[in-house]
Amino acid sequence: MIPAHDVPAGAHWSLALRAGRVLRLTALDDGAVCSTLLFAHRDPVDRLNVPDTLKAQMSARITPPMVLMSDRGAALASVTGSSLDWHDCLTGHSLDRHLDRHAAVSGPSSYATDRNDWRRSARAGLLSELRKHGRGPADLHACVNLFAKVAIGPDGGLTFVPDHAHAGDWVTLRAEQDLLLVLSTAPHPLDPAWAPGAVRAEVEAGAPYGPDDPSVTFRPESARALANAAAVLA
Amino acid sequence: MTTLSLPLVPSPLLESDAVLDVVVQAGDGFLGRVPAGGSFRIVDLHGNQAADTLFYDAADVTHRYSAVDTIREQGSVYLTAGSTLLSQQLEPLVTVTADTCGRHDTLGGACAQESNVVRYGMHTRHQHACRETFLRYGAAAGIGARELAPNVNFFMNVPLTPDGGLSFADGLSAPGRYVEVRAERDVLVLISNCPQLNNPCNGWDPTPVRLLGWWA
Ligand SMILES: [Zn+2]
Repeated sequence: MIPAHDVPAGAHWSLALRAGRVLRLTALDDGAVCSTLLFAHRDPVDRLNVPDTLKAQMSARITPPMVLMSDRGAALASVTGSSLDWHDCLTGHSLDRHLDRHAAVSGPSSYATDRNDWRRSARAGLLSELRKHGRGPADLHACVNLFAKVAIGPDGGLTFVPDHAHAGDWVTLRAEQDLLLVLSTAPHPLDPAWAPGAVRAEVEAGAPYGPDDPSVTFRPESARALANAAAVLA
Repeated sequence: MTTLSLPLVPSPLLESDAVLDVVVQAGDGFLGRVPAGGSFRIVDLHGNQAADTLFYDAADVTHRYSAVDTIREQGSVYLTAGSTLLSQQLEPLVTVTADTCGRHDTLGGACAQESNVVRYGMHTRHQHACRETFLRYGAAAGIGARELAPNVNFFMNVPLTPDGGLSFADGLSAPGRYVEVRAERDVLVLISNCPQLNNPCNGWDPTPVRLLGWWA
């Protein structure tokens, strides 16, 4: 178990999370975003599959009690609770090119000029963190932007919702197998402002759950993914 | 029934001028190279057939199509004529230059034996699926599991709703409808002609598609 860890605004971090434990992420600032990649910790390639997660649960957003599913059809994590009913998973993380608009407003940013407040994209941070785990660009995948919402119009248009998360908003992820989570707190790529927020991470012991668990009963597809996770190591 | 009014953009290119003309049977796949500036057409010969498609930079298969970057940058979840399909580094791979279907999905992903188990149950574990085809045809180019990513589902209709819903609906396509892309750099095209039998994405009856290419 780790003590609470505060991931600063615009930073990156990773965490290996043991099966059964619960990761509680809390926004410490208004507008915080946590672009999150999920991997099966003991598997060289298995990772979050956003399309499979969405189509199995007939949803275009991440919300409790959905199950986050992998390429192998196994549950990685269950979203056991959240103060928000919408976490974006359609629009990816930011890249260096998204920093250009901030440079146009505030001038270029570097360590030399801004020390540890220099502006870095989520991609730069996620790659930095992935490389510490012997991973690289091929391991980047469609992420979940926890705390972010991008609204879907009736014609399929996408609109960033700027006032979605506030300080104190939270989400809990229960690890359904041993996980590697890699995350960035850089702003959402559609956010016109550079106003990143910090996120607190706390690991809770978690508790055994049974057939009446909301993620199990949510949909038959959710239950089957959870059963597949239980069978990862037969 | 659909009340959608979708832009239909036909192509001026003639079938008789094509340098590539192959039929991909139901459940089969294709890997091919389209040089920069070349045009590549997929024809839904019998209608309502999902053509699961991935694009790669021909020089680097880790530089691949990214559905989420593409829809974010265009501000819309559907692909249609004028859509530029971007890589994970925001580089244009191909642009949709003609489309007589109207719109295409890129959020539904590809079927897999593993996701079939989740969606339909263990009895579907050994049914043929797109992920198998992607891996079989992709191997020749060094495309493995790590290089697969959310794909384009040409001719597939996956409507999203403002309340955050997503469903697989009957196709908008019909026999002979096609989509055409222009390569913005040398690209690899990896296709699985979807064998899915458990939902309406192939009209419950997978059928062949025809591929046509024009380049020097
Ligand atoms: Zn398929």
